[in-house]
Amino acid sequence: MGKLFAAIVAVITLISAGIFIARIWWLPPDISVLGVGIDHQLVETLIASGVLFVLAQLALAAFAWQYGAGDATRPIKIFPGGATPMVVLAVLLVGAEVLVLTFVGSRVWAGIFLSPPAANALHVDVQAEQFAYYFRYAGKDGKFGTLHPDMIDDANGNFFGLDPANDTTARDDIVSASLVVPVGQPVLLTLHAKDVGHAFYVPDLRIQQDFVPGLDIPLQFTATQVAKKEIVCTQLCGLGHFNMRAYLEVKPQAQFAEWLADQEAQLE
Amino acid sequence: MAETSEAPVTPHSDVLAGHGHAHLPPTGFLRKHVFSLDHKVIGKQYLDLALVAVLTGMVLSWLMRFHLAYPAAAVPGLGKIAPGVAAGGIITPELYLQLMTMHGTIMVFFVLTTAPFAGFGNFILPIQVGAEDMAFPRFNMMSFWVTLVAFLVLLASFFVHEGPALSGWTAYAPLSAIGKAAGPGQGTGQTLWALSIAIFCVGQLLGSLNFIATTLDLRTRGMTLMRMPFSTWAWFITSIIGLIAFSVLLPACILLILDRVAGTSFFVPAGLVVSDQLQPHSGGSPLLWQHLFWFFGHPEVYIAILPGIGIISHVLPAFARKPLLGPKVVLSCMGAIAFLSYTVWGHHMFLSGMNPLSATLFSVPTLIITIPATIVVLLWIGTLYGSRMRFTTAGLFCLGFVSVFVSGGISGFFLAQPSIDTYLHGTYFVVGHFHFVMGVAAMFGIFAGMFFWFPKMYGRMLNETLGKIHFILTLIGVYAIFMPMHYLGLAGNVRRYSTFTDEYMKSSLPLHRFITYAALFTGAVQLIFLFNVFWSRFRGARATANPWDATSLEWSTSSPPPFDNFGGQHPVVVNGPNEYGTAGPAGDHLMQAPALAPGG
Amino acid sequence: MRTRLLSSLALVTAAAAVTGAMPAPRANAGVIAGTITFTGTPPKMRPIDMAKEPSCAAQHATPIMNENVVTGPGNTIANVVVYISAGDQPKAAPSTAARYDQKGCEYLPHVAVMQAGQPLEIYNDDKTSHNIHPMAKLNPEWNKSQPPGSPPLKATYEKPEFIAVKCNIHPWMHGYFAVMNTPHYDVSSANGTFKITGLAPGKYTVTAWHERFGKLTQEVTVPATGGGTADFVYKVTPY
Repeated sequence: MGKLFAAIVAVITLISAGIFIARIWWLPPDISVLGVGIDHQLVETLIASGVLFVLAQLALAAFAWQYGAGDATRPIKIFPGGATPMVVLAVLLVGAEVLVLTFVGSRVWAGIFLSPPAANALHVDVQAEQFAYYFRYAGKDGKFGTLHPDMIDDANGNFFGLDPANDTTARDDIVSASLVVPVGQPVLLTLHAKDVGHAFYVPDLRIQQDFVPGLDIPLQFTATQVAKKEIVCTQLCGLGHFNMRAYLEVKPQAQFAEWLADQEAQLE
Repeated sequence: MAETSEAPVTPHSDVLAGHGHAHLPPTGFLRKHVFSLDHKVIGKQYLDLALVAVLTGMVLSWLMRFHLAYPAAAVPGLGKIAPGVAAGGIITPELYLQLMTMHGTIMVFFVLTTAPFAGFGNFILPIQVGAEDMAFPRFNMMSFWVTLVAFLVLLASFFVHEGPALSGWTAYAPLSAIGKAAGPGQGTGQTLWALSIAIFCVGQLLGSLNFIATTLDLRTRGMTLMRMPFSTWAWFITSIIGLIAFSVLLPACILLILDRVAGTSFFVPAGLVVSDQLQPHSGGSPLLWQHLFWFFGHPEVYIAILPGIGIISHVLPAFARKPLLGPKVVLSCMGAIAFLSYTVWGHHMFLSGMNPLSATLFSVPTLIITIPATIVVLLWIGTLYGSRMRFTTAGLFCLGFVSVFVSGGISGFFLAQPSIDTYLHGTYFVVGHFHFVMGVAAMFGIFAGMFFWFPKMYGRMLNETLGKIHFILTLIGVYAIFMPMHYLGLAGNVRRYSTFTDEYMKSSLPLHRFITYAALFTGAVQLIFLFNVFWSRFRGARATANPWDATSLEWSTSSPPPFDNFGGQHPVVVNGPNEYGTAGPAGDHLMQAPALAPGG
Repeated sequence: MRTRLLSSLALVTAAAAVTGAMPAPRANAGVIAGTITFTGTPPKMRPIDMAKEPSCAAQHATPIMNENVVTGPGNTIANVVVYISAGDQPKAAPSTAARYDQKGCEYLPHVAVMQAGQPLEIYNDDKTSHNIHPMAKLNPEWNKSQPPGSPPLKATYEKPEFIAVKCNIHPWMHGYFAVMNTPHYDVSSANGTFKITGLAPGKYTVTAWHERFGKLTQEVTVPATGGGTADFVYKVTPY
C-alpha cells in the first residue's frame, strides 16, 4: 500500500509540474508596460515553489516507498541531526525566498499602485454598476461634470447622474460603454461604484482592482499594443456577475483622436 | 455504558479542583442520546451534523459543476423541484450563485469548523487530558443545539421567497446589506444567512470557552501541558483562535442584520443607486465589513486546518512507530501559525481599495507564515524517514494530508504577494488554493481522525479494505479536481461565474468538463466511505481498547469508554504522548498512563 | 417600431376578441380616438451603446435610440398609454396572455399593457441571459433571470400599476408594464395616435400616461353614434 501511494504521488507530482513547465495553460500575452515585472515575479515564484513542491512530494513518496512495516527486525532510524536541519533549511531557504520576493515584488507593486500618475496621463472616469461598466471622458473643456446620484437615470442614458441643465462642465462629458485608449499613453482611471462592489480585471494588462462604493480609487496602466480585450468583473456583484463585461480598445493615437472627435460631435 | 462501571458515579464536591463529574449518568433515552450532557454523545452529534452538512454541500457543488460543464443543459428533475429559479431545469445565474454561497457557507462553518474541532475535539479532548467530561457540560450541550439551530436557519433560506443569499460565504457589503433591491436572494435569504452565522458564533464561543477551561483545569494527575497530545494542543490553540475570531464575527453579523432590518448604515455609504433606487443610507463603509469579516475569516482558515495538523501529528507517529520529529518545534510552529493568523487578514484585501502601502504590511507576515508551515511539513516527512510505517487507512490519510497540504500551501506563496495577486486574485487559482489547503487537507485530517478514533467512538473497527480503496480513489480524485484549477487561474479564468461568456474564457470549457467529471467521480467515491461508516457502526469488527498500539489516554480505557471515561478511576500520567519506538511493557511504545488510579 | 405597433394592435385585438366573445350589447361600439403631441423641446435621445453584448449589437445595423421619449412627425409622442380611468364598467381579465419580448437587448413592446389578473408571458429571444426586474411598488416585486433557451417566464399582476421594468445585465434595457383595471386602453403609435374601442355611450374620464412626462386627464363623452375625441398635449423641457 505504501508503494502504491508513493507511485501515485510521484506520478501526480510529475504530471502537475509538467503541465506548468509545458505552459499548456498560460497567461495571455502581456500588453502593458508594467506587466513585465508581474510576469517576471510570477515565473520566479513558480520556479522557486515548483522546486519545493516537487522535492517535498518526491521525498514523501520516496520515504513511503522505502519505509514500510514489512521488515520487523529493521530498527527505526531518526532523521540525521533530528529536527534541527529541517528548521534551519526552512528558515534559511524559505526565509531568503520571502525576503527576495518581498523586495522585488514591492517594487512591482509600487510601480502600479504607489507611483504618481504621469503628467500626460489620459483621465477616464469609470463607473461600475450591476452589471456593466461605463467610461467617462472629460470632453472638450477637460473638466468632468459633477455627479448627482439622485439624477442617475439609466432609462435615459444618464448612467453617471450628470446634470447638463445646470452644470455646463457636464454637457460635453463623453460617456462610452467601451474603454477606448491610445496606445503608449499612460491612462489614469478613477474607479467608483454605483451600487455594490465590483472589480476591474484585464488579464492582458495584468491588473485588477476592486470598485468600492463610496470610494474613488485610482488605477493606472499604459498599453503597449493596439488590441481589443475584455474587461471582466472579479468581485461578486449579483446575479449578472458572470456577464459583467466591457471592452478595452487600444487604438493608435490618430484613430483615438478620431474616435474622440466623433464622440464629441454626437453631443452637439 | 455507565452501567458497566463498577462504582456508582456520584457528583463530586471537588468539581472546582478539576477532578469531578458534575452530572449523573442519564437514564432516559432522550437524556442519554439526544439532550445529552455527555461530551462523547455531543461529539458524535457534531460529527453527524457535519456528515449531513457535508453531503448537502457536496450535492450543491455537483449542481454547480454540472452547470459549469453543460451551461445550456437541464438538470433532470430540477425544473420540478425549483421551477422559480430553474425553469425547465436550466440553472439560472442566481441559482448558481445561491448554490455557491450555500456550498461555501455550509462547508466552511458546518463541516470544516464543526467536524475536526467541535466533533473530534469534544469526544477526544476530555479523555486525552484524563477528565470525566467537559468543564461546562450544560454549555457544551447548548453549543451543539445552538449550532444545529444555526444550520436549520440556514437551510430554511432555501424555502423563502427568492431563495437563499447569493453574495458568497464572505457576504461582502453593500451587496449583502441593502436588501432585496440588490437581487434575488438578497432579501429574506440574506437576513437568514446573517442570522444563522450569528447563532453559529454563539455556539462556537460556548464551545471554545469549554475547550479552554477543560484543557486548563481538568487535566488529570501528571498531565502537564507539555505531556498533552498534539491533537489536544491543536484543539486548545484552535479554541483560543475561535474565541477571538467568532467574537468579532458575531458583532459584525449583528451590525449587518441591523443594516438590513433596522435602517442603520454601518456598511453602506451614501449615494448608492441600486436598480434605479437611491438607497436611504449614508456614512457606512464597505471596507469595514471586509476588515471585520477577514479578521475572523483568516483565523477561520486555521480553525479548519489546525485540528488537522494536530491530528496528523498525533496519528502519524502511531503508525510510523516512531516519535514525531521535533515535538516541541511542532508545538511552537502551531503557536506561531495561530499568532500570525491574526496579522494577515489584509491579504484577502490587497485589491480592495485599502491603502496600497498596507499590502506590503500584510504580505510579509503572510509569507512568513510559510516558514512554520514548511517546518511542520518537513518534520512530518522527516518522521517518515527510517520509520516502520503501518499503512493503515488512517496512516495513509496522514500521508495524503501531507501531500495535499504541501500542494495547497505552495500556491499560497503566489497569492501572498500583492504583485502576483493583482493577476491571480479572483481567479480559479484561488479556488484551487483554498480547496486544497483548507478543504481537502482538512477533510483528510477528518478522515484520518475518523479511521483512527472510530473504534474508540463506536467500539467497532471501520473496514480497512473499503477504507484503502476510498483513500486511493479520493487522493486521485481531489488532484484531478483541484490541480487543473491552478491552470485555469493562470489563464485568467474568473471564479464565481456561472457561465463563461467572455471570449478569452470560452476555451476553458474542456478543462471545466474534466473537473466536473472528476468531481462527480470523487463524490461517488465518498459513498464507499458513507457505507463503511454506517455498516461498521453496527456490523464492524469489535474493537479492542487499544487497536493501534497508541500511547495517549483514550487508549487506556475501553472502546467505547464508559460514561465517566475511565470507569470511576483516574489515569496517572507518567509519559509524554510521543513515546514510540521505545521498548516497554506494552511492546514498542510507552503508554502515557500505564496504570489507572482509584477514583475520587 | 412596426413590431411594436403590431403587437399593440395585437393586444387591442386580443382584448376586443375577448370582449366580443361575451354576450355584449351592440351598443358597445363607441370609440375614443386622439393624438398625443408636445409643445416645447423634448430631451435629446442618445443612441444606445451595446458594446458590452456583441450578440445584441450585431442585430442592429444602426444603434437603436433610448426610448424614454419617442417622438414622431408633427411633435407627436409614441408609447403613451391612454385608458379609461373612470366611468367604465368592471370586466373580468382576459385569459389570453400579454406578451413581452426581449430581442436584440430591447424590450418589445416598450410598454406592455395588460389588465389586472391577466397572465403575462416574457420571452427571451436572445443568445444571452437577461434578468427581468419589474420594480413594482404596489404589486409584489421580483427579479429573475432568464438564460437563453429557457421557457417563457409567467407572471400575473393583481393591482393596477405602472411598473418600471429593468434588465440589470443590460442596464440600457428599460420598459414598462402598465397594469390596467379596465379593458379599454391603447398605446399611442409611432405617429402619436390612439384609439380606444368597444365603449358604451356615456361619460368617461380618459387618462394619458407617459413614463417621463406623467399623467394628463380629460372628460370625454361618447355619443350614441360616432365617437369621442381626446387629444393630449404635454409641455416638455429638454432636461
